[in-house]
Amino acid sequence: MTKPENPRGVELSSKQMKEGDVIVNKWDPRVKYAWATGEAISRFLEEMKNGKLIARKCDSCDRILFPPRMFCEECFKPTTEWVYIKDTGKIETYSISYLDKDARRITDPIFVGVVSIDGASEKMGIMHYFDETTKEDIHIGMPVKAVWKPPEEREGAITDIKYFRPLKEGEE
Amino acid sequence: MTIFRRRLQETGKEMSYEASKMALEEAGLELKDVDSVVLGSAPDAFDGIHLKGENLLDGAGGAGKPYLRVFVGGGTAVFSPIAGWWHVASGLADVCLVVAEEKMSSCFPHPQSAFGHIWDPILDRPLKPNLVWIFAMEMNRYMTVHGIKKEDIARVAVKNKRNALDHPCAQLAADLTIEDVLNSEVLAWPVQMLDISPPSDGASAMILASEEVAKKLTDDLVYLSGAGWCIDSTMWTDRDLYFPEYVARAAKMAYKMAKIENPPKEIDVAEPYDPFDYKELHHMEGLLLCDKGEAPILTREGVTERDGDLPVCPSGGLLGVGNPIAATMGIKACEIYWQLAGKAGKRQVPNDPQVGICQAWGDLMQYGSVLIMRRG
Amino acid sequence: MSFTHWHGDMEAQYIYTAGIAGERFFRELKDNGKLVGTRCPKCDITYVPPRMYCEKCFAELDEWKDVPLEGEVVAHTEVHVDIEDNKLAEPFVIGFVRIDGTQGGLVHYIKAPEVRNGMKVKAVLKDDRVGSILDIEHFAP
Repeated sequence: MTKPENPRGVELSSKQMKEGDVIVNKWDPRVKYAWATGEAISRFLEEMKNGKLIARKCDSCDRILFPPRMFCEECFKPTTEWVYIKDTGKIETYSISYLDKDARRITDPIFVGVVSIDGASEKMGIMHYFDETTKEDIHIGMPVKAVWKPPEEREGAITDIKYFRPLKEGEE
Repeated sequence: MTIFRRRLQETGKEMSYEASKMALEEAGLELKDVDSVVLGSAPDAFDGIHLKGENLLDGAGGAGKPYLRVFVGGGTAVFSPIAGWWHVASGLADVCLVVAEEKMSSCFPHPQSAFGHIWDPILDRPLKPNLVWIFAMEMNRYMTVHGIKKEDIARVAVKNKRNALDHPCAQLAADLTIEDVLNSEVLAWPVQMLDISPPSDGASAMILASEEVAKKLTDDLVYLSGAGWCIDSTMWTDRDLYFPEYVARAAKMAYKMAKIENPPKEIDVAEPYDPFDYKELHHMEGLLLCDKGEAPILTREGVTERDGDLPVCPSGGLLGVGNPIAATMGIKACEIYWQLAGKAGKRQVPNDPQVGICQAWGDLMQYGSVLIMRRG
Repeated sequence: MSFTHWHGDMEAQYIYTAGIAGERFFRELKDNGKLVGTRCPKCDITYVPPRMYCEKCFAELDEWKDVPLEGEVVAHTEVHVDIEDNKLAEPFVIGFVRIDGTQGGLVHYIKAPEVRNGMKVKAVLKDDRVGSILDIEHFAP
């Protein structure tokens, strides 16, 4: 006796679906949203337009929180101060992706990962792209710097930074 | 449980019915004997029906009964029986039917587009992320911190897909080699095609009963002896991904309840959540079944094989049987029950297991649910 | 300081199978212009649209029954705005029709000079049917 015994279910192949062997209904919802960016992220996006990264300080645990938030989730108290941090940091982890957002294959891979930002507390960072590096050179721990869009093209978005590139010798 | 497949013809209600009916028949009960129903299902966005719990309820046997839908992402697979256990342990119900369902094929052409909705719309989504990215980033961090080779991770895929050959519901059972995994298509390095479990349709169900009722139904009692769950901050880019601290906290909560002091010695069979091969290793460490970075070594030494000292994912796991998110309860909680009750047949681990653990994981790399069972 | 909004959508497309019972229901409607239900003899319930199981006793239902195209309006409403709250040029009536001899029924358009709850109506079928609830054009007296 192996449980489950005689499991049920009628499998449909993609061929059956394509050839219309079964009755289906389709639906294409068109739902639009306007997400409030809130106090902290509104300011963060505004500063992105200026080519700057900004964080919030928690007086209670002394952490510099990034991305910024108006409350510290550990102390559960309001954060107290805006703090500009640098636009350099360190690759915490990364992937080389041959998939786009809908799982379609792409031939020119995307370098993406988490970058912790200098001036924020340890491990505090964002997800972003990396470029001007190669599959062979990119590594965890690599120092990197933001490459910004020209000021006139910035719109107050995470993509105002185009990507992070390796930090050059002697550069800050 | 139903078979797990990329697409089933049944509606979500019908799948729920098939799984519930099987569970009732195995327990020797009828719907009228059920006092309350818990339904577990992941985001509505997969089935494409909002208020999915309400939609599925008649197929889950919930019409006219106390009924509750629970949802904690992938963690739903083990959280659903925990919610069922509340009903019985609190004395509210003598018999609770727990049903878990997912119909991912409704999201067309690929459920990836619905996974996209879990990201922060302002900070993450403008970067057009794919869900595989977070796994790839976590896997890379895990491998780098401990110096783990990809071949030691690939062993998990080989083991679980082979174990799945003995599971009657399996979608991706196969006899593969490590080379097959290492040579499979690179999707988002270090993640390759054979490192991943597939999207699936499926449903599973289990019955939880009070001790008094259970004793009338069977001589082979299996007790739920410990439960734990924990979630970490949504700010996933603010923490080190190499170790799932939230799983460890959930596990400690469950071990305390089950009075387990030395998990590696006291646990006889484990079903950690394995949507990707490295996740099984990551979760073995989170469950404190070994030291940090030690899980790949145990795997290489054969410890986690079905006939090893600590069998891990004897069901074939998500990698081999399939990944209808919440419905993987069938290969986590149900599998541990079947293993402890000696009903796993061809999948039965030979070490006469007395205590088993299962775990599920979900959300943005932040949620862990853990359930421990013990033979009566 | 200014608060902003970030605009976007939740793009996804869906394809729903009709299921085991739904497949037969829509096939009968499309090919034979008939409505069918399933019956639970134990609970004496005829389900329309048909279900593969009885929600009361959980028996699997295999007794299929032809049911009439006629029924009775149980409840209705007159709709004056579309889904985005735009005023319609012509209002329409939507209602729930209990199919005669069953415990089930359908939500559908009802066309009549004056719609009343309790009135007898009959499904008006399209000539070109595809296996959809819209194979019924509307219900009429």
